[in-house]
Amino acid sequence: MTPLLDIRGYRLAFDGFEGRAHVLDGIDLRVEAGETVGIVGETGCGKSVLARSIARLVEMPPGRVLGGSIRFGGEDVFAMDGRALARLRGHGVAMIFQDPMTYLNPVFSVGSQMVDVIRAHDRAEGKPRRTRAAAREAAAALLGAVRLPEPERLLDRYPHELSGGMRQRVLIAMALAGNPRLLVADEPTTALDVTIQAQVLRLIGELVAERGLTLLLISHDLGVIGALCRRIVVMYAGTVVEDAEAATLFARPRHPYTRGLLAAVPDLARPDRRARPIPGHIPNLLDPPSGCRFHPRCPLAVTRCAAEKPGLREVDGRRVACHRAEDAAA
Amino acid sequence: MSTALSRPSFAERHAAALRQARFFAWSFARSPSSMLGLAIVLGFFLLAAFGPWIVPYPADATGAMNLANRLQPPSTAHWFGTDEMGNDLYTRVVLATRTSLWVGLTIVGVATLVGVPLGIAAGYFGGVVRSVIMRLTDVFLSVPGIVLALAIVAALGPGILNGIIALSIVWWPGYVRLVEAKALSLRNEPFVEAARAVGASHARILAVHILPNCASPIIVKASMDMGLAILAAASLGFIGLGAKPPAPEWGAMISVARTYMPNWWWYAVFPGLAIYLTVLGFNLFGDGLRDILDPKSNRG
Amino acid sequence: MLAFVLKRLALTGLMLFGLVCITFVVSNVAPSDPAALAAGPDATRDMVETIRREYGLDRPLHEQFLRYVAGLLQGDLGRSIVTTRPVSVDLARYFPATLELVLLSMTLGVLLGVPLGMASAVLKNRAPDHLTRFVAVSLVALPAFWFGILLQLLFSVHLEWLPTSGRLDVATPPPPPITGMILFDSAVAGQWATFRDAVSHAVLPALVLSFPCLASILRVNRAEMIEVLSSDYVTAARAHGVPPLRVVCVHALRNAMLPTLAIIGLRWGWMLGSTVLVETVFDWPGIGLYAVSAAIAGDFKPVMGVTLLIGLNFMIANLVVDILYGVLDPRLRTSS
Repeated sequence: MTPLLDIRGYRLAFDGFEGRAHVLDGIDLRVEAGETVGIVGETGCGKSVLARSIARLVEMPPGRVLGGSIRFGGEDVFAMDGRALARLRGHGVAMIFQDPMTYLNPVFSVGSQMVDVIRAHDRAEGKPRRTRAAAREAAAALLGAVRLPEPERLLDRYPHELSGGMRQRVLIAMALAGNPRLLVADEPTTALDVTIQAQVLRLIGELVAERGLTLLLISHDLGVIGALCRRIVVMYAGTVVEDAEAATLFARPRHPYTRGLLAAVPDLARPDRRARPIPGHIPNLLDPPSGCRFHPRCPLAVTRCAAEKPGLREVDGRRVACHRAEDAAA
Repeated sequence: MSTALSRPSFAERHAAALRQARFFAWSFARSPSSMLGLAIVLGFFLLAAFGPWIVPYPADATGAMNLANRLQPPSTAHWFGTDEMGNDLYTRVVLATRTSLWVGLTIVGVATLVGVPLGIAAGYFGGVVRSVIMRLTDVFLSVPGIVLALAIVAALGPGILNGIIALSIVWWPGYVRLVEAKALSLRNEPFVEAARAVGASHARILAVHILPNCASPIIVKASMDMGLAILAAASLGFIGLGAKPPAPEWGAMISVARTYMPNWWWYAVFPGLAIYLTVLGFNLFGDGLRDILDPKSNRG
Repeated sequence: MLAFVLKRLALTGLMLFGLVCITFVVSNVAPSDPAALAAGPDATRDMVETIRREYGLDRPLHEQFLRYVAGLLQGDLGRSIVTTRPVSVDLARYFPATLELVLLSMTLGVLLGVPLGMASAVLKNRAPDHLTRFVAVSLVALPAFWFGILLQLLFSVHLEWLPTSGRLDVATPPPPPITGMILFDSAVAGQWATFRDAVSHAVLPALVLSFPCLASILRVNRAEMIEVLSSDYVTAARAHGVPPLRVVCVHALRNAMLPTLAIIGLRWGWMLGSTVLVETVFDWPGIGLYAVSAAIAGDFKPVMGVTLLIGLNFMIANLVVDILYGVLDPRLRTSS
């Protein structure tokens, strides 16, 4: 059976004044329908660009695909024509973004933005377009589904009149409008207050369970990912370094970077154990390190690591990209 | 381990600034229209500097009479033809470059010298100072420059000097508006507050923090305004209130040429082309500068 | 909202007063003697003095100023020496022609500038964008008075498609005056032959007058569109499957139109100013030509009257734009 999302050897670069930044370097990632997958990594590791690539939202130029493919439901995303792309966006892949302040159009009411999206989906799916009134009812229903009170009144409000948490819920409702097969959430809680974060996370969790959504959650926060995802993909400097079941990963990280990441998280339950940062810096993507991109910071690095890029391989019930995965057991 | 500190080289000390400059040059050179603007501007400055040595009939600039040759069409002897006095139009168009560039530089120079300090004062000090300056500016900006200039020249009497005075009087408010907005936003920047917190004087803050940060938009506006000021001065010349023939000035030449239309078309065409190219050059150049120095602003 | 409008109205009144002061100062720094000018070249000293007393020019400045303001309040802008009519009468007679021209040009500028700016933004940094930007800069750089002459040479003299100047042919019967705008009046009266003739006369001047306006609308619209198109909410609209054309023409344009609107307001005043040149080239009997002929004759009162009228227009245009801003931008609507 073809996986819902199938990314193979995907390489993406950005051209700028200082040269070509190799932002994604051979990404391999498969997501089956019904899975909940989290992508974790530091800021700048390419996880957001990867998420946007799935719905073909990366601007080209300056972006440039150097190789590989992204298939959604068996269809090559980069070969899609306008109609197929319209079906993909919102109906195939729906996205929730980081900062709810800026992702709603300031000059349109919540209702008119939602109606627009709902009617666009009707058209993309080849169904008769609903009337504005019918679309408005559907919009109200969606706002109710994301637990917003008084949806009817909310439709006439403008984004600047809503709180951050409410806006993020509106955006989630818009993402649900097309009954998406894959929900991509790019740092959905990062810009929110801590108390609101928990509510929004719970909401996403409930929606995934209720609607049987496939979820791809992107975050720099292992806690957020751990709360919602069964499987975790760790990215470093534009590469996937480890891809494992959440339980396996937390219990026995195999990649030295994953171990560093876990060790860097302060553990409130064990105040005796101090959080240890990973030494060194994120590599310069204009001139990335040879071989394994992590080797300059890796405590286990050997000469081979600088010479040869490790591919993802099965080790101990997960996929890991490290020459020394066998030696890296905790 | 050596304890002696070697003095960093010039390139090391100014690495950031040099990198910035290289970036600007790279961005500027990437835009064909910016480079075209630069080439035109340089070309006209060269013409202004060396005009008297390259024109074929330098005496024609002051209006010699050569009636046997009057109103000749363009030829190898007279590239742009001749005017009603028999003067070589190519000579007169080239020599008028100097007049126009002078006029432009003077107007823009006076406007910046008056407008920038007023704008900084209004934006930085705020309060009553700001209200007074800005209201006055608004009043001046409420009438198109060319109309107010027309009124002033009508009162002062025609002539190129009066034209320059009139245009300078109407040109400074634009700079006040520009600089005031910038200074106002800078006033509350953390680095300005920090400077104030450590006891820097107003004069020092203005000179070190505010003015340099206003420089980009001022430079951009000044380069665009060079073209527009030249155009405005030529317009006054065309109306008959600016430079008076026989002094070579593009606008005045077209004004006279109008009476020789349509049979003697070249008389109007070439001076106008010179105005167009000069203004185009400065605008393209300024537009290119804006794209790299001040990409946020987009006033038309 | 009402408080905002009232405040703006008060400010407009203040600005108008400032403008009155400027026109007064300008007319009194004049080195030439208005009384002598009014009396004519052959007047004796006695006649000049009589006129000086008659016009109140022998009074102290502050008294003259008060008389000037009092006159303005009653709509008295003085008398033109050249036409010998009151300036207010002349303005009422010439302004409709100018208004017609400016309205036509503004329409052209908006209808061409907005779509071109959008197209340019969508095709940013590609060949059509470079071309449009170059054309936009060119249009600002074109001296209106020179390009007008070139167009006359081509379309009127060489091709003989369009008339050279004026508003109507001598042989064309003018429509019964309602607004004084011939296009409007002839359409209302159903005189289509007159209408066609008026259009053919207006095409060239309106085109030339619209260029700088078109260019700045294009540039502002392009810049705003580029910014809006790279904004998060446009990305979100795309991600939610809103069709590309709708994203550009509805979601993005509505945001980009606000600054464009401000430029349209600014350009209204500037365009009235440019009529000084365009009307001179095309012999269009509006306030621009009126001001120029008066200025050349050294007749101040009409020039000051035109200055005040244009300033008033500019202020009203900006007031309207500010109010429209409030209507179009929901953020302002609730905060004010």
